[in-house]
Amino acid sequence: MGILEVKNVGKRFGGLQALGNVNLSVAEGTVHAIIGPNGAGKSTLLNCLVGKLIPDTGSVSFEGQSVLGRKPHEINQMGISRVFQTPEIFGDLTVMENMMIPCLAKRDGAFALHGYKSLLGDAEIVDRAEHMLEDMNMADKRHMHAASMSRGDKRRLEIGMCLAQEPRLLLLDEPTAGMARADTNNTIELLQQIKESRPITIAIIEHDMHVVFSLSERITVLAQGTPLVEDTPDNIKGHPKVREAYLGESSGH
Amino acid sequence: MDAIILQILNGLDKGSAYALIALGLTLIFGTLGVVNFAHGALFMLGAFCAVTFSRLLQLSHTVIDETQKDFLGNPLKVDVPYIYEILGESAGAAVIDWAVPLSLLMAIPVMIAIGVIMERGLIKHFYKRPHADQILVTFGLAIVLQEIIKYFYGANPIPTPAPDAFIGSFDFGAMIGFDAGSIVYPYWRLVYFFFAAVIIAAVFAFLQFTTFGMVVRAGMADRETVTLLGIDIDKRFTMMFGIAAAVAGLAGVMYTPINSPNYHMGMDFLVLSFVVVVVGGMGSLPGAVLAGFLLGIVEAFASMTQVLEILPGINQIVIYLVAIVVLLTRPRGLMGRKGVMED
Amino acid sequence: MTDQTSNTGAVRPATSAAPKAKSAGFLGLTGKDASLVVLVAVLTLLAPFILNPFPEGSAMAQFNAGYPDLMQRFVIFGIFAIGFNILFGLTGYLSFGHAAFLGVGSYAGIWSMKLLTLNVIPSIIVSVAVAGLFSLLVGWISLRRSGIYFSILTLAFAMMSFALAYSVLTPITGGETGLQLKYFDPRILDGALAQGETPRANLFGLEMGASYEMQVGAWLFTFNAGYYIAAIAMLVAFYLSIRIFRSPFGMMLRAVKSNQNRLNYTGISPKPYTLAAFVISGMYAGLAGGLLVAMDTQVGAERMFWTASGEVVLMTILGGAGTLIGPVLGAGFIKYMENIVSTINKTTLEGWFAFAPDWLTDVLVTIVYPFVGKGWHLTLGILFMAVVIFLPGGLVQGGQKLASMFRRKKGDDAAASQSQPGE
Repeated sequence: MGILEVKNVGKRFGGLQALGNVNLSVAEGTVHAIIGPNGAGKSTLLNCLVGKLIPDTGSVSFEGQSVLGRKPHEINQMGISRVFQTPEIFGDLTVMENMMIPCLAKRDGAFALHGYKSLLGDAEIVDRAEHMLEDMNMADKRHMHAASMSRGDKRRLEIGMCLAQEPRLLLLDEPTAGMARADTNNTIELLQQIKESRPITIAIIEHDMHVVFSLSERITVLAQGTPLVEDTPDNIKGHPKVREAYLGESSGH
Repeated sequence: MDAIILQILNGLDKGSAYALIALGLTLIFGTLGVVNFAHGALFMLGAFCAVTFSRLLQLSHTVIDETQKDFLGNPLKVDVPYIYEILGESAGAAVIDWAVPLSLLMAIPVMIAIGVIMERGLIKHFYKRPHADQILVTFGLAIVLQEIIKYFYGANPIPTPAPDAFIGSFDFGAMIGFDAGSIVYPYWRLVYFFFAAVIIAAVFAFLQFTTFGMVVRAGMADRETVTLLGIDIDKRFTMMFGIAAAVAGLAGVMYTPINSPNYHMGMDFLVLSFVVVVVGGMGSLPGAVLAGFLLGIVEAFASMTQVLEILPGINQIVIYLVAIVVLLTRPRGLMGRKGVMED
Repeated sequence: MTDQTSNTGAVRPATSAAPKAKSAGFLGLTGKDASLVVLVAVLTLLAPFILNPFPEGSAMAQFNAGYPDLMQRFVIFGIFAIGFNILFGLTGYLSFGHAAFLGVGSYAGIWSMKLLTLNVIPSIIVSVAVAGLFSLLVGWISLRRSGIYFSILTLAFAMMSFALAYSVLTPITGGETGLQLKYFDPRILDGALAQGETPRANLFGLEMGASYEMQVGAWLFTFNAGYYIAAIAMLVAFYLSIRIFRSPFGMMLRAVKSNQNRLNYTGISPKPYTLAAFVISGMYAGLAGGLLVAMDTQVGAERMFWTASGEVVLMTILGGAGTLIGPVLGAGFIKYMENIVSTINKTTLEGWFAFAPDWLTDVLVTIVYPFVGKGWHLTLGILFMAVVIFLPGGLVQGGQKLASMFRRKKGDDAAASQSQPGE
């Protein structure tokens, strides 16, 4: 029984069957990649996991509890954090403030009316946020406006914000999309460190095979809304079906 | 039954005005992505075009009429409009009588010019600014426009009658087989309804069947792609703003006999028209028209004395109540598209 | 909690360099904020002096603002704008219907004076509570939508409230004539007044209209009880708003404005935060409404008209939305302008332009006249556009820009003078 269980999930948009009949089990403590060509339904699947979309059929459960029908913030509070394709951070806030928000969310829950408390007087939150910034190597940027940072730094901050919540499952949606090679390598390194230092499960959607093969322990190949194969990276590399459906397309040209 | 038909008819004229203003609002919003709080002021300016035009026609000078004597026996001084001297007395009188419909001719170029000046001079600088800024600056403009009108025309409503031929009512009930006198409907309101229908049809036909309209519709759906295709969408959008201004202005011109224009009529209609747009679905032209007529009719029903006896004052708030209910049950409005103004 | 992180977070070893959380200074505020509060408090309490710089009877005396009626409006609309800023400045939700809460607060306050007692304390409490409840209802519905939809919904609610107050609810609101206090009102706590006696609002016997006048040479300074009560209310309101700005709650409101999507995926529900901000700002509006009633003991529906809602928006953006002091400055500026500009008439203008030849005087008077007196709204509209176009950050940002320009210049000079000796 995996930490995340997806059973018979289907989703239709008008005439388009985005997800056919997806079954997926992500084992606890592993890095599980979901790959597939454009339009394979990867993003739809991810949106079904975090509550942005509700599947038409099937079930999604996290640690034995169903996530269906819950709102995104409720699912997050269950222990699932999500990193977006383009970094989603609070651009108008400073880096430090960005980091304090997940710390507050972790401690105070979805809503707390602390209108009379001093934010900077809250030692627990300040310390935790500082700590996370140091973990992310960003302490020197704490007073910067988040929007003014480079894309790589934004990505780093976003991942740090997710980790500050101590999630059990981290979902990454093409974390290196649109990044320069150096930034991509930094991100891979960061994710490897996270994987080694924390008891966390990571599910990653990725286009870049370099990223996929350097990180993942298990790979699911999605094509036309259904899982084609699920196997270890080594086996996937040589799998004829995958070559045909996916790698063939991209490596052949 | 006859009461129901009567209320539907009563709702049509106000509904027509809502539909026309909401149509313009949606055009501007859909093409330019701008929330125009000054659109009600355009409606008001149209109405004052009619006032100005009929005043111009009535410009007169005093002559001494030897054939008439006042009670002291002196020759009577009478005011003779210049138009009598230009066109002759009977034609001149007819022109003055038909001042409101004739002022459409003046209103079209004037309103298009106002619209284009507004877009080029002010609105275009706000395309990239947040919606809040657009609302605020057009809100300020609306105040300025109505205060200017107030300065020149005063605060009191100015009666501007319809041509004599359309004054009075006709017995619609008798025409369709009900008792005589059961459904009596003023002619001008019928004229207004047909006028609105023609304008709406013209706008839709224009968007549907001309290349210009096609480009504008494409621009409404995806502005960036259209720009990438090398089409100067900006110029067309300026024109679109002019057309939307003209639609609002014409709606105002023809509305003057129904309700004497005053300087704050624009804001009164604007708020309701925005509610209409929201109920119809932001960015949906058919939605704006449908919701305009629907809310006009709903308002008419709420104004029935039988209803008011049970729920006093309901006529003044019913549109807002409908809007609240619609937004709570169908957040995108009746015909709203996904992704329009969602954030 | 912290230990756990350091155990698991081995990406970089945790150092002890993390600065300690700032300790609370004066009233729980940090240095800068505390000095701001003190500064505002001093200015507010000394306002009767500061706002009356011109001697009585001099030509410039019409620019004096140190009389009770106007000073009361400064602080009361300051409260209104401070509250509005908590919603608009922090969350970015642009409400176009906040005058409705002020109006509802006023009606509630006057009913408390009619039914309970002429003491202003219960009346203000009732105002705040009723406005809070009403804003809870309006906010709960309006906040289902954001952006322009939200603005229109709040505008619709305000127009609806105005329409109801003006007509149907006449038994409660007095309709067109509004509500005034009468000697025969059944004040159950105070007992009846004698026939013909004028009911006056008071604070445990201290009447709001009571003033102490101080003559210093040609100057006349008026210290009014009502003003000081409203001023203290504003100082408390201002202090609380700073606390909100500096609190976790305040940061969440800014996060709502910045990125709701990320907030959702950080396990936080934006809706209750915005609703709380909406209700808080509604209660501020109610407080302002209650104070207005306490000062002049009458209410009319025009207080809820859309122009009144627009005015508070203008005050906030003119001063600087999202800044602490901006709304207070904006409210003061608008109310001062309104008062001065709307009292100017043709004779005043002719007096001003008397230096010029007659024909020029006539031209100048003709040009300026539409903008003054009854034309105040025209000036207001132009001001509105000018601020949005040229000064989107408001007076505070404008001041900061000026200051930084000045500082840079000074810095350059200093650098230049330092480098000179070396050359």
